[in-house]
Amino acid sequence: MSLDPSFVGRTYPPTAPYQVGREKIREFATAIGATDPAHHDPEAARSLGHPDVVAPPTFPVVLTMAATQQIVDDPALGVDYSRVVHGDQRFAYTRPVVAGDELVCVNTIEEITNRGGHGFLTTRTDVTDVAGEPVVAVWSKIVVRGEA
Amino acid sequence: MELPTQTFRVTRADLVRYAGASGDFNPIHWSDRTATRVGLPGVIAHGMFTMALVGRAVTAWAGASDAVVDFGVRFTRPVVVPDDDEGTEIEVNAVVKEVTEAGLTRLDVTATCRGEKVLSQARATVRTSR
Repeated sequence: MSLDPSFVGRTYPPTAPYQVGREKIREFATAIGATDPAHHDPEAARSLGHPDVVAPPTFPVVLTMAATQQIVDDPALGVDYSRVVHGDQRFAYTRPVVAGDELVCVNTIEEITNRGGHGFLTTRTDVTDVAGEPVVAVWSKIVVRGEA
Repeated sequence: MELPTQTFRVTRADLVRYAGASGDFNPIHWSDRTATRVGLPGVIAHGMFTMALVGRAVTAWAGASDAVVDFGVRFTRPVVVPDDDEGTEIEVNAVVKEVTEAGLTRLDVTATCRGEKVLSQARATVRTSR
């Protein structure tokens, strides 16, 4: 399928704040087998200088995958989600995510290319606290596979 | 400098647990019926689960759970996870490319499953001094 390159540069409205819970970080860390005390024990996190337990580096995908549905579900862009494959993923941190954070996502379409019958869509999600201070920027490239 | 190899076993139970924790309930990660219908050999791991395991390797090498400054990968091949007690295994290796004066260490990472690379352009920057 072909994606309309004129969508490049489009920025979507901020998402409602996501409350990062201590138990959610523990659940995510447990699911990936991350046993480091800083993910589970607030005291261990505080000894590293954080206010509460620290999220593993890929944790923000919990928020950003939900947030980028804004783009994938945009009827004007017309992505067929059943044909979507994950291409690239990147996280660039200003600071780690910690329990107690309230995070807002702003999605921007950074790149659209069409090649070999497939569409390639790169989104950047700027994750900030509610005051607008940057926490992590997250890039995700999806491939919308063409009909075989 | 090469860093010590780290290996991670992945079973179907791990995928179910990750689906719940991450909110990614795409059935190709738990239903063979769905996976084979879309042309996959069987249930595959979430790309983000593989990336999370690589993230564990990176934080272990860095020696701190909060050390990751930049972390990116390209998913090149699916990790097929059979429905048995053994599952499969992902092997993660890295070489140190650069240590900057600002106390950052750049790693080039490889992840393989059954001898084939499942990621490319996997790179991490970690803070190695405080």
